Amino acid sequence: MIRGIMPVMDDSIEVDIAGALARRDQGAAWVDVREPDEWQVAHIDGTELIPLAGAVEGIVARWPDPAAPINVSCASGVRSMRTVEALRAAGYTDVVNVGGGIKAWIAEGRPVLRGSGLTAQQDERYSRHVAIPEVGVDGQRRLLGARVLLLGAGGLGSPAALYLAAAGVGTIGLVDDDVVERSNLQRQLLHTEDRIGVAKVDSAEVALRGINPDVRVEAFRTRLTADNAWEVLGAGWDVIVDGTDNLPTRYLVNDVAVHLGIPVVHGSIYRFEGQVTVFEPFAGPCYRCLYPEPPPPELAPSCAEGGVLGVLPGIVGSLQATEAIKLVLGIGETLAGRLLMYDALAATVDTLRLRRDPACPACGDGHEVGGERPELIDYEAFCAMPARA
Amino acid sequence: MATFRIPPVLRPLTDDQVKVESPGATLGEALEGLFEAHPALRERMIDTDGTLRRFVNVYVDEEDVRTRDGLETPLESGSSVIVLPAMAGGAA
Ligand SMILES: [Zn+2]
Repeated sequence: MIRGIMPVMDDSIEVDIAGALARRDQGAAWVDVREPDEWQVAHIDGTELIPLAGAVEGIVARWPDPAAPINVSCASGVRSMRTVEALRAAGYTDVVNVGGGIKAWIAEGRPVLRGSGLTAQQDERYSRHVAIPEVGVDGQRRLLGARVLLLGAGGLGSPAALYLAAAGVGTIGLVDDDVVERSNLQRQLLHTEDRIGVAKVDSAEVALRGINPDVRVEAFRTRLTADNAWEVLGAGWDVIVDGTDNLPTRYLVNDVAVHLGIPVVHGSIYRFEGQVTVFEPFAGPCYRCLYPEPPPPELAPSCAEGGVLGVLPGIVGSLQATEAIKLVLGIGETLAGRLLMYDALAATVDTLRLRRDPACPACGDGHEVGGERPELIDYEAFCAMPARA
Repeated sequence: MATFRIPPVLRPLTDDQVKVESPGATLGEALEGLFEAHPALRERMIDTDGTLRRFVNVYVDEEDVRTRDGLETPLESGSSVIVLPAMAGGAA
């Protein structure tokens, strides 16, 4: 069948925005035949720029199969229709025009990206990230696509969540079953006086949304146990930030994360001192390499004399957020294999070398990512005191 | 002579001292001096068979002594010894 030179408004060669999206979901490519300067100002995410002058040749070279499903769009649908007709004449059977082009897209209130691949607002919001060569536009897009799980929305989780949200980590998971209490406000900056009594995960969501609407919060109002650990930790996380400071949970998290191959950024604080490390499965040691078993309750240090300088979790949790971002971006030297110790009173930082133990019950010789799930152990809680104050 | 850095959770056993000096050519010798001054530490750190308890890690000059010679690990004058038990509590 040969189509005429006159533009023919035929159902079979033109679709609306919804139709174009449905085709894309089915695997259709999407080509934008406008000029590069128009593309810079605004384009639809996932479209490929091939300007009109070389559009037919470019598309034929890129998709030699004349049965390839392709959407073609421009500003309002005129240039793209010409391209579609030429391709049909050349024997392409599944090429369609996107009626109304990007103007119709915008009229429907759909988001557009700039040349950077970010929206105009994101370009502005993340300009100080994009300016760093190690992050750049690609790194920012990676952060926006990342999933980071925070265990605990308390002292360590507060600065970690706030900075990760501000940094544009696209999905932040929060696991906590507590409600906000007044005694939390000395250090837990996610929460506020007027949210006392509110679930911490809900209070945190309010805080994170207020900082960055790009962020999706997945809240788990629960305490991690052997029964739910696979489900919660197995929901596709790129990095886990452990701010629980609760020994039984440390072991649960370790055993699941090693099995799933997820790096854990570990932080702990006590009075004036904090520690941070990264447990990167099989690349460095895990928690059981350091402590194969928890101490028996009679030898576990008492927790009754707890207490912490309010600013300390701000420092340690921020270090954890930094490590999480480095892991997502794949930049720098992480704390895998090193333990950073911060002493606020002495104002000193020490770093210890941690090594993988070939006899480790979780990650030693003979273990690998995947395979049969290890049996999880709910060690008894050692402290009468709430573990996630 | 080595300087032991006592972790916060064990400081009640060293009269709240953060740093304790003790002479010795090996970690084991220096620990004996430490236990003489602060006897309650021994049970927390040393197992009934005389080895380091598994939930207490000791680092001499930033290296885990289990990857060196354990209690036989030699000390230099001015060696720093960091004691790090698995932490049970804290306030996150
Ligand atoms: Zn291990």
